[in-house]
Amino acid sequence: MTEQIEKALQREYEAGFVSDIESDTFEPGLNEDIIRRISAMKEEPEWMLEWRLKAYRSWLEMDEPEWAHVHYPEIDFQSISYYSAPKSMKDKPKSLDEVDPELLKTYEKLGIPLHEQMMLAGVAVDAVFDSVSVVTTFRDKLEEAGVIFCPISEAVHKYPELVKKYLGSVVPQRDNYYAALNCAVFTDGSFVYIPKGTKCPMELSTYFRINEQNTGQFERTLIIADEGSHVSYLEGCTAPQRDENQLHAAVVELVALDDAEIKYSTVQNWYPGDENGKGGIYNFVTKRGICHTNAKISWTQVETGSAVTWKYPSCILKGDNSIGEFYSVALTRGAQQADTGTKMIHLGKNTKSTIISKGISAGKSNNSYRGLVRMNPGAAGARNFTQCDSLLIGDKCGAHTFPYVESRNPTAIVEHEATTSKVSDDQMFLCQQRGLDPEKAVSMIVNGFCKEVFKELPMEFAVEAGKLLEISLEGSVG
Amino acid sequence: MLSIKNLHASVEEKNILKGLELEIKPGEVHAIMGPNGAGKSTLGYVLTGRDGYSVEQGSAELDGVDLLELEAEERARAGLFLAFQYPVEIPGVSNLEFLKASVDAVREARGEEALSSKDFLKMAREASKQVNLPADFLKRGVNEGFSGGEKKRNEILQMLLLKPKLCILDESDSGLDIDALQVVAEGVNSQRSPDRSFIVVTHYQRLLDYIKPDFVHVLADGKIVKSGDYSLAHELESQGYAWLKDQPADEAATNDVAEG
Repeated sequence: MTEQIEKALQREYEAGFVSDIESDTFEPGLNEDIIRRISAMKEEPEWMLEWRLKAYRSWLEMDEPEWAHVHYPEIDFQSISYYSAPKSMKDKPKSLDEVDPELLKTYEKLGIPLHEQMMLAGVAVDAVFDSVSVVTTFRDKLEEAGVIFCPISEAVHKYPELVKKYLGSVVPQRDNYYAALNCAVFTDGSFVYIPKGTKCPMELSTYFRINEQNTGQFERTLIIADEGSHVSYLEGCTAPQRDENQLHAAVVELVALDDAEIKYSTVQNWYPGDENGKGGIYNFVTKRGICHTNAKISWTQVETGSAVTWKYPSCILKGDNSIGEFYSVALTRGAQQADTGTKMIHLGKNTKSTIISKGISAGKSNNSYRGLVRMNPGAAGARNFTQCDSLLIGDKCGAHTFPYVESRNPTAIVEHEATTSKVSDDQMFLCQQRGLDPEKAVSMIVNGFCKEVFKELPMEFAVEAGKLLEISLEGSVG
Repeated sequence: MLSIKNLHASVEEKNILKGLELEIKPGEVHAIMGPNGAGKSTLGYVLTGRDGYSVEQGSAELDGVDLLELEAEERARAGLFLAFQYPVEIPGVSNLEFLKASVDAVREARGEEALSSKDFLKMAREASKQVNLPADFLKRGVNEGFSGGEKKRNEILQMLLLKPKLCILDESDSGLDIDALQVVAEGVNSQRSPDRSFIVVTHYQRLLDYIKPDFVHVLADGKIVKSGDYSLAHELESQGYAWLKDQPADEAATNDVAEG
């Protein structure tokens, strides 16, 4: 039976194609000159360049973290190219008609049509290709509501006060090795500002695509929800199938001011490498949000891709009564490794956090949950509930849980529940005896296991995530 | 309908079935009784194609189709149904979703059109009423948190919806109180028809008071050692299986069944 399940897990990576697009790509290497050139390409103001250089100098003094339960060869940061953009983007196309059709085709192939009439109604998309944003849709409609949704490189020019105030305010430059690197070399990403009391009229979404060889993608996302506002945001990501590893080191910062609510969903499907661990993306990401009084941040992630994942979307619950949530599905198969989880830092009174983590390990993969719940002395009456469930498929994979709990307030309550289960032969046989083939059986069992998390995703994306898991589990049984 | 000839099968290299013969005609109900370890459950698993059960010799055909050549799911689609002794839970997968996928798969194999969600829901509600399961059980995870009796009734519910040709009930009476037993039996009896057959595997005669078999077989040490009509069940109940050991293997009875 195990063999049958293993077979069901083998599949093609559907987003693994390469687009034939002429690019301007920097030669590999990292130094102050490269950073100056990135900044010049973006025509950045002096303060932005200074900010980058300061981060770079910090990074030089820092060490790569080694505590995660993942193993990979040492990364040669001098062999990576830190900037690559389609040549056609140099002329700064003003409308979709001016964008290279080959680029649009790439997104269409990935199921993200960028022509507004073809798009999912109610979802605005920022499409980032290697180091630049190709297009951001529905901007006019959003502007009517006062919502700013644009590439961060543009925000640096147009909204410098907001960027200066909030960039690095949640994830400081020296926060960690990869965050510092990102601060120095980030190229593009999305910027969102929701004005006071505004409910964003559409779902916002950014789709990241790595195409060029030997490049890293260092995107930067900053979302500011002003007092009493409300926004739901989703990011998706894919990359071509290549034998070399590629680095993706992103930073996402969320600011939820008083009474604001941010829902941030991720469907991560970077190329995972082959069955034996050749190729694939190193996904080293820092995501963190800060909640002011009565604010709420909810992270939902479905992680199925990447060779190595190192990612802990976190919440700083600074304001009283603020709420942090983390819902995660992480599926690893083949030789994938994931070390993912969250940090809930309770500072304010009566702050609440919920963590639901579902790890699914198959093949010879390793899947770790790592989470920190900290109740600071001021967090009177704070509560956390954590549930970590692991599902094992086959007998060569690993599931690990590393929960850290620090409670410095006697009135705070922390609950932790954990389970580990297997897709059993009995379950598989029941499904088959009722006429279902093994592929359908595995995907049904896994989807059932993830149900609590999927129901947190926006409707359109819940379907997408379910399908993604199905594709991930699809195979050649027959 | 079902024709089993000289079936030898093993689990983990241990011989369990040793030359089993059984003929079942359309519309018949056959009870299989026998001591623990005789191979009763193994017979069900071998016929339905569970992994880990290997057939060394012999044949098993369902309406002329060689069952042993088919994958487990193909056998199910061909009309073979096993009601489990210990139904397993599938957390998070709703009963309704599971039943729909299952019925869709079986209907597709039969060349029938998929049912609309509305028609299916109606059918499923009627079936759950018939086995006395409240409709909200359809929304719950498959067997998730069900009591023993509810699980068994859920098996019968699946049988009602799948409309198989041949149903194997593997100790469907174990762990049931008398009310649940009656519900299970009524479910089975409602499905008796000239073109559907049953194999009722049980330890006790009790279930057979509710589901009247046409034939009763005693399975011991991997073979049918005695066959007869309903009265055999009573005889076993009063005398126990040890009584059989003093009797010579009753070849004649097996042949009678095979012929008639």
